[in-house]
Amino acid sequence: MALPGEPATRRPWAILAAGLALALFPLLDSPFYLELITKVMILAIFAMSLDLLVGITGLVSLGHAAYFGIGAYVLALRTPRYDPASFWTTLPLAVGLSALAAFLVGIFVVRVKSTYFIMATLAFAQMFYFLFHDTEFGRGSDGITMNFKPAAAIGDLQVFDFGNPRTTYFVALGALALVLGFLRFLLGSPFGRALRGIKANEQRMRSLGFRTYHYKLASFTLAGALAGLAGYLSALQYGYVNPELLSWHQSGNVLLMVILGGPGTFTGAALGAFGFALLQEVFQAATLRWQLLLGATIVLLVLFVPGGLASLRARFRAALVGGPRP
Amino acid sequence: MSDSLLEARDLHAYYGTSHVLHGVDFRVARGEAVGLMGRNGMGKTTLLRAMLGLVKPRGGRVWVQGTPMTGAEPYRVARRGIAYVPEGRGIFPNLTVRENLVMAARPGLDGRRAWTLDRVMGTFPRLGERLEHGGAQLSGGEQQMLTIGRALMTNPDLLILDEATEGLAPQIAAEIWRIIRDVKGHGIATVIVDKNHAAVTSVTDRNVILVKGRVVFTGDSSSLRADPELLQKHLGV
Repeated sequence: MALPGEPATRRPWAILAAGLALALFPLLDSPFYLELITKVMILAIFAMSLDLLVGITGLVSLGHAAYFGIGAYVLALRTPRYDPASFWTTLPLAVGLSALAAFLVGIFVVRVKSTYFIMATLAFAQMFYFLFHDTEFGRGSDGITMNFKPAAAIGDLQVFDFGNPRTTYFVALGALALVLGFLRFLLGSPFGRALRGIKANEQRMRSLGFRTYHYKLASFTLAGALAGLAGYLSALQYGYVNPELLSWHQSGNVLLMVILGGPGTFTGAALGAFGFALLQEVFQAATLRWQLLLGATIVLLVLFVPGGLASLRARFRAALVGGPRP
Repeated sequence: MSDSLLEARDLHAYYGTSHVLHGVDFRVARGEAVGLMGRNGMGKTTLLRAMLGLVKPRGGRVWVQGTPMTGAEPYRVARRGIAYVPEGRGIFPNLTVRENLVMAARPGLDGRRAWTLDRVMGTFPRLGERLEHGGAQLSGGEQQMLTIGRALMTNPDLLILDEATEGLAPQIAAEIWRIIRDVKGHGIATVIVDKNHAAVTSVTDRNVILVKGRVVFTGDSSSLRADPELLQKHLGV
């Protein structure tokens, strides 16, 4: 049984089953749902990147959308008007620049804690938001429409045809699997243990000889890089970017996904992204006041299922066999 | 290499405006066991924290293994071979027992790796039985063992134990004292803060008594035991 805050390392079957379901999903041949699930998988990568900060390192960021947006804008700005950009060069560039931005911001923000950390991350994210919103360079609030999706060719062989939504779907699924695998590997590594130690008690880690500042900065940079990857994929999917990608609403939404899913497990954050996006779809179809319903649902879930969606399985088991509650 | 592992001279520390340490001198030599005594609120923990960089001293100097380290970052002090077992235990509840131990593994200042996971498990068999348990699932005594075991994994030259047996059942406390003797037998210097003065003086070479942030007594354990009035005056309740 996974304790709250402890990584769920013993659920390979559930993850494999979910992966298989996602891999078979395109057989349903529904373009609308294909696009929706692609979007949700990209959001899941985004939410997992934030979970590295919130659930593992104990840093609650309210400015994580900035790095998502930078990743997206890199693709848009690097796409020529009459030609496609190269997938092979723009992807590493997007991830690298998001990481660089997070590194530079991290130098300042990881020095402070709790509420101050939230405010500092928010302030820097707003700076990036206005950089794209109010400058020639960022092309303002209208955003940028790309005339071409990036080309992914090796010689004459076209590896990915992003004009086909299924290709985008499978690339997003592959990225989701890789990021999840990487983050879970990281969690069990000495670096991951140090981050979890910092979350539990930073002072104690310093007494043990850990220079915690460097660990927090590395975590913040890595989270920014992965958010940039998600942003890049999002721009690739829609062929359009605008400054709202970097807005604090977006930062708040992704934080809600992590909370909804249950922080500290990565799979929880991914579940949270699915739950959040699907609830949003259902409520949007039902009423114009969908935000009210979504907000109320999240408040109720946080009140009655504090461990998030990821804790539901353990809860059901506890209810059935009378084991310990999570 | 210097003879003195940890040394403080004329140390002053404050909490806000309250003056807690009034020019304390304190020294631990290589391999020496020092008892730090005094009633509650006399500045024992503050002295330790000021030497470790966890509280910034406002006056005085600190040397660790001969290197000036006044107000240094705590991680620097730790890396120079000083391991701290804080009051109230210091486990990471979100990590397993094994993770708590291996995360701290580090060679000592001179590169030796005398304390490994196997050796710690040999010293604390109870931890060996609970390697995959979460830190929060341990009893108080086991948590204390885990904290000491984790400190030993850093292969320290000096182990500082602040109230290591507080709140433990007598049987478990006796086990902790056995381990402290064992650690001392391996040549690791110790600083011990504990309410059980008889047990402290049975282990330590030298003792320091603090009263209101000042050192009122320094002397070896036999002279302290021979002077019950002194104990009663400064430590009795």
